[in-house]
Amino acid sequence: MTKQQANWSPYDNNGGTCVAIAGADYCVIAADTRMSTGYSILTRDYSKIIQLADKSVMASSGFQADVRALQKVLAARHLIYQHQHNKQMSCPAMAQLLSNTLYFKRFFPYYAFNVLGGLDSEGKGCVFTYDAVGSYERVGYSAQGSGATLITPFLDNQLKSPSPLLLPAKDAVTPLSEIEAIDLVKTCFASATERDIYTGDKVEMLVLNASGIRREFMELRKD
Amino acid sequence: MMNLADSAPVTNNLLGSEADSQRTLYPYVTGTSVIGIKYKDGILFAADMGGSYGSTLRYKSVERLKSVGKHSVIGASGEISDFQEIMRYLDELILYDNMWDDGNSVGPKEVHNYLTRVMYNRRNKFNPLWNSLVLGGIKNGQKYLGTVSMIGVNYVDDHVATGFGNHLARPILRDEWHENLTYEEGVKLLEKCMRVLLYRDRSAVNKLQIAKITDEGFTLSEPYSLKTFWDFNAFKNPTLGAEGSW
Repeated sequence: MTKQQANWSPYDNNGGTCVAIAGADYCVIAADTRMSTGYSILTRDYSKIIQLADKSVMASSGFQADVRALQKVLAARHLIYQHQHNKQMSCPAMAQLLSNTLYFKRFFPYYAFNVLGGLDSEGKGCVFTYDAVGSYERVGYSAQGSGATLITPFLDNQLKSPSPLLLPAKDAVTPLSEIEAIDLVKTCFASATERDIYTGDKVEMLVLNASGIRREFMELRKD
Repeated sequence: MMNLADSAPVTNNLLGSEADSQRTLYPYVTGTSVIGIKYKDGILFAADMGGSYGSTLRYKSVERLKSVGKHSVIGASGEISDFQEIMRYLDELILYDNMWDDGNSVGPKEVHNYLTRVMYNRRNKFNPLWNSLVLGGIKNGQKYLGTVSMIGVNYVDDHVATGFGNHLARPILRDEWHENLTYEEGVKLLEKCMRVLLYRDRSAVNKLQIAKITDEGFTLSEPYSLKTFWDFNAFKNPTLGAEGSW
């Protein structure tokens, strides 16, 4: 008799798209609020964004249960850091912590596609982009999730990032103003919603700058 | 025997040797959809009383809606024995909460969080509790309604459903649910959804219960049946034109 195989998967893709853009003195992090499974919409009002520290905000799409667990682990680690060092974690420090946390489960990964955004210690915008097992890079802008393939080429064209091979190294942050960057993000989501079935309902945008943090919403197509 | 609406089928070579035959592979006795909605005074749930053994409708008096503490109600679809196990965990949770005797009581948000962690942890060990759960309640006037799947996917909303309910009931609820439904309107809406499920979900049975939770407490209706109508013209003479067709 052949051995019975299990016929369930520990993973599911709950869809969604995340985007972040770094500016000279601000950072925009955005994600849609739709949660799906297969061809069904589970809910139209689910936040994929979490503020991990004063100046670090993470947006994650993928398998919601893993995303939630990852958020809890990072929040707990940040709390311990605050107890031990009596200060908030910087965004680059959080970036490293996220990478290590993801790699820790290299052989049963968190199915989470993350974008970490915030302000570095000089107050400049920073964006870090990740794969599911923790490999990461600091960039000027990034998109992850189901609509990423639709958004990234558009951002490449509009933001004209300098080549990382140039010497001396050129700044990757965009010269766009905060208002222009937010407008660009709204355009990205409106476009992705047209063609990606997992993106839509609403987009939630968080803007970090020297005066603090601000949240904005925009309605998207619900079909 | 597998409840297709609950998980995607896949073969997995990471699952270990013969010695691991203690893990859940398939569900055996299963319940079908549960629906929950918020209404003016609290939460309303509906579920039928069927327990299917594969394609046999084996048990017809299974209570799939239970109260949890003073403030919450749980509804389960999927493996009935796993639901009974979950009830044992929850009874223990409530017991310890009562033993503190400090005037506080576990509310729906806490129970939902607890269930999410339990389901996710079992999924991490590749030995899931084969259920989709709906958890709702009201505490200090604050209404709460959420759901957890067998792999730990969870969310809150104004209306939730499991299994086929997601496909057949949620669209109706999205169209007709609104804030401040009265009790009568809420029950009518749930019955509308349950009737559609009765017509279209083959694991549904025509014997259901409605559960209500408000700040006053929990009530579970006596089991009853829905009126159905089979005299549509399209159902008359169904074999007309069958010869030669597929």
